[in-house]
Amino acid sequence: MIRRVLFCCLSVPVVVQAQAAFDRSKPPTLPAAPRLVLPVVLASTLANGVALRVVSQREVPLVQVTLTIAGGSRLDGTESGIASFTSRMLTESAGGKDVNAIQSELAYLGATLSSSATWDAFVVSLNVPRRSLDAALALMADVVQRPSFTGADIRRQRDLRAAGILQRRDQPTALAGLAFNSLVYPVNHPYHRSPDGDSAATARLDSVAVRAFYTRRFVPAQAKVIVVGDISPAEASNAIGTAFGAWSSPAAARRSPPVTASAVSNAAPKVFLVDKPGAAQSVIAIGGPGVPRSSPDYAALVVMNTLLGESFSSRLNSNLRETKGYTYGISSSFGWTPIPGAFRIGTSVRTDVTDSSLIEIFREVRAIRDSPVGVVELARGKAYVALAIPGDFETNGQIAGQLVELDSFGLPLSSVSEMITRVNAVTAADVQRVARKYLPADRATIVVVGDLAKIRAGIEALKLGAVTVLDVGSIVR
Amino acid sequence: MNLRHFFALGALALAPALGSAQATRLRVSFTLDTLPNGLTLIVHEDHSVPIVTTNVWFHVGSGDEKVGRTGFAHLFEHLMFMGSDNAPYPQFDRLLEAAGASNNGSTTEDRTNYYEFGPSSSLPLMLWLEADRMGWLLSTMDKPKVDLQRDVVKNERRERLENQPYGLVRDIVPPLMYPAGHPYSWNVGGSMADLSAASVEDVKDFFRRYYAPNNATIVVAGDVKVDEVRALVRQYFSDIPRGPAIERPAPAAFTVRDTSAILEDRVQLPRVYLNWHTAKSTDTDTPALQVAAYVLAGARTSRLTQALVYGGEVATAVQAYDDAKRLDGDFSIVATARPGKALDTLQTVIDQQLQRLAADGPTTRELDQARNAIEASFLRGVQTVSGKADQLNEYYYQTGNPDGFQNELDQLRAVTAADIQRVVRKYLQGPRVMISVVPQGKPELAATRKRVTQ
Repeated sequence: MIRRVLFCCLSVPVVVQAQAAFDRSKPPTLPAAPRLVLPVVLASTLANGVALRVVSQREVPLVQVTLTIAGGSRLDGTESGIASFTSRMLTESAGGKDVNAIQSELAYLGATLSSSATWDAFVVSLNVPRRSLDAALALMADVVQRPSFTGADIRRQRDLRAAGILQRRDQPTALAGLAFNSLVYPVNHPYHRSPDGDSAATARLDSVAVRAFYTRRFVPAQAKVIVVGDISPAEASNAIGTAFGAWSSPAAARRSPPVTASAVSNAAPKVFLVDKPGAAQSVIAIGGPGVPRSSPDYAALVVMNTLLGESFSSRLNSNLRETKGYTYGISSSFGWTPIPGAFRIGTSVRTDVTDSSLIEIFREVRAIRDSPVGVVELARGKAYVALAIPGDFETNGQIAGQLVELDSFGLPLSSVSEMITRVNAVTAADVQRVARKYLPADRATIVVVGDLAKIRAGIEALKLGAVTVLDVGSIVR
Repeated sequence: MNLRHFFALGALALAPALGSAQATRLRVSFTLDTLPNGLTLIVHEDHSVPIVTTNVWFHVGSGDEKVGRTGFAHLFEHLMFMGSDNAPYPQFDRLLEAAGASNNGSTTEDRTNYYEFGPSSSLPLMLWLEADRMGWLLSTMDKPKVDLQRDVVKNERRERLENQPYGLVRDIVPPLMYPAGHPYSWNVGGSMADLSAASVEDVKDFFRRYYAPNNATIVVAGDVKVDEVRALVRQYFSDIPRGPAIERPAPAAFTVRDTSAILEDRVQLPRVYLNWHTAKSTDTDTPALQVAAYVLAGARTSRLTQALVYGGEVATAVQAYDDAKRLDGDFSIVATARPGKALDTLQTVIDQQLQRLAADGPTTRELDQARNAIEASFLRGVQTVSGKADQLNEYYYQTGNPDGFQNELDQLRAVTAADIQRVVRKYLQGPRVMISVVPQGKPELAATRKRVTQ
């Protein structure tokens, strides 16, 4: 009681008694971690097949509406970049309204409306103050169901996209990522190419092609709408029914074609170099095939990757940043996508330690395969994954994002609780086993973008594998 | 979880209004206490999710650096993670991760912040670690630690500036905008030479001068009880002695000289940066400058966005923003040319649009649009405890009142068309610093036009 009284006096200096029985030398014992309480999701389906999920969150008077359709850039086929371009075109002219009228009205409503494609889905996202929801939803309904695809709008966005592709040549991190994907995914794999396409394909984009693609893919029976925010389930159901209930499409719902190609597993490591004369750093991307999200090893892989390169205290970051001072940061990740993605280590390092950095990266990859992780380290990695999960459900956008991601793998929300249980059960032997099974120590694809006059000899001397020099023009076409 | 938000204990009291006329009320509840050693504690309860954040501001930034030691405040920020008496390196990160929490820090011209985010159970650890490095940092500080983080910070500089297209503009603008010796006349990141010069003695001097409880404010926000937070903070921080009174820089008034500079860089497309001297964050002109920035380039239909990107089709992108800091401010317009377009063309359009805005002011519709968009962005800003915590610290530092949300929103909403005309005339038609970044060997693409005088 005394503590409280002394301390609550606003700005009044008081003499504080020395604390009794407080040992500063030991970290405090923490209370039990809070239990995860998952949002309540109400599911329903409109007559035309649009699936609806609603989560009421009354804290802030905002509503998030996310519409997704499975597919995305992996459906580009020979029309490189058309999925992301078509998605982008939705928020131009629509419903008989000029693009400027739509954009002006959205801003007036305090709304943000975006439309994009990932490799695996089309995503239209609206965030709006509750009081403007109905008006903003009417605009969202227009752009999803009645896009105009005028020639003028398409030419303007096509020119901007061409300029964006040109600018990628300036960005060493983007170059490394594009090169890595073009190498680790074979040419017939949907992730081989940039979702934004190339210059030649961009030049061919026109109203006919875009409308044909839209008509095939934007089908109500394949649409899912997630509403999260300051709204009751009944209100949400009414609002979404008004906006999307009359949506019909001449095209039949179709499943995405099965993907048979998988990422490349080299027989031996391969090195690919990209020259950026005068570069201040070398950008490194190293990896290989990933793992399906449905793998029973998923939880062990997440823990292993946390310890290898995801957390700040991970082995890669502790070594290359905190011990050697080679980099500002290094991380590793598995691409958890509906089609199994890649495993990848990424960093930017000082030019003169490019070869040393490669040595240390492979040292860490081998170490986590060769020896079991320690008890304290394992406990830290598991806690970092499991205890951080409640923080992923703070905002409307985060909740919607979690639902979209889980849904893309066909997983229910309850799988989040199961994940915590599975993470807590991971052993040091599991970590070592999945590291050995999945980390590409002896078959990695290695990409380095940097000043080759300064780094090439050092990299070749490591004898990691065959070295190929790639032209920037072959990566950004 | 959906129902728990109904009993959010007034964490955020909001009464949505109808129509565009008025007016969401934003109130972020808080308690404010000061320890005898001068440490300020602000607590905001928000029980919607079982998470907590701590957010410590030390009122020192790159503006407090000495000549020849630019970048030091940021280098020091890195050293705060290198261990203290009771949490030797690398325990700071490892203990937090073992509690499911993450952390980071950042440095600006005016302040340095440190924050943790994690499950509500991790709060005692967050506070214990923050107290240990506030009170017991120096005995473990040595040259190897300084050398290591010096390397890391230099790598950060390479990654963010030197290896980024257009990145070096961040070095060039401050010394052209502010007179020599002004606290904002160098880049927050500092120069490589100055970073090389930093010594262990510099670190110790800086810590003793600025890293004292009387120069710090700690915000705790999240699923906590204010009395429990008070008890923990008193226990952990009370023994840390008050530091010396701090002398703040007080730069003299100045006028920017009209300046043009050209940077040849490894870029495909030229870009022009136009910078004007404006006003500090608490100046009464600042809200009008912020609304002016929105009217110029805040949305697809904004004036410069239309004239340069979508209507005129001479640029790929344009941004405008007023960077109002504690002591001074500057306004920037940044536009990237389309392939084949020279920066003179962009500059002409920008000049014309500024003249039009000064002459005619924004329309009622433009003003309403700006107000509504800004209000919505305020709502988005209070969705997270991390966002609220940092903003409580910001408002407290700038005005002495942590809950400045509604006040700032009211000021922005009160801006009139005449205010916009006035600030455009007063600030954005005067002397300016113009930087043209052009592809190597293509200086002819640079902007060359003289400033248009009224």
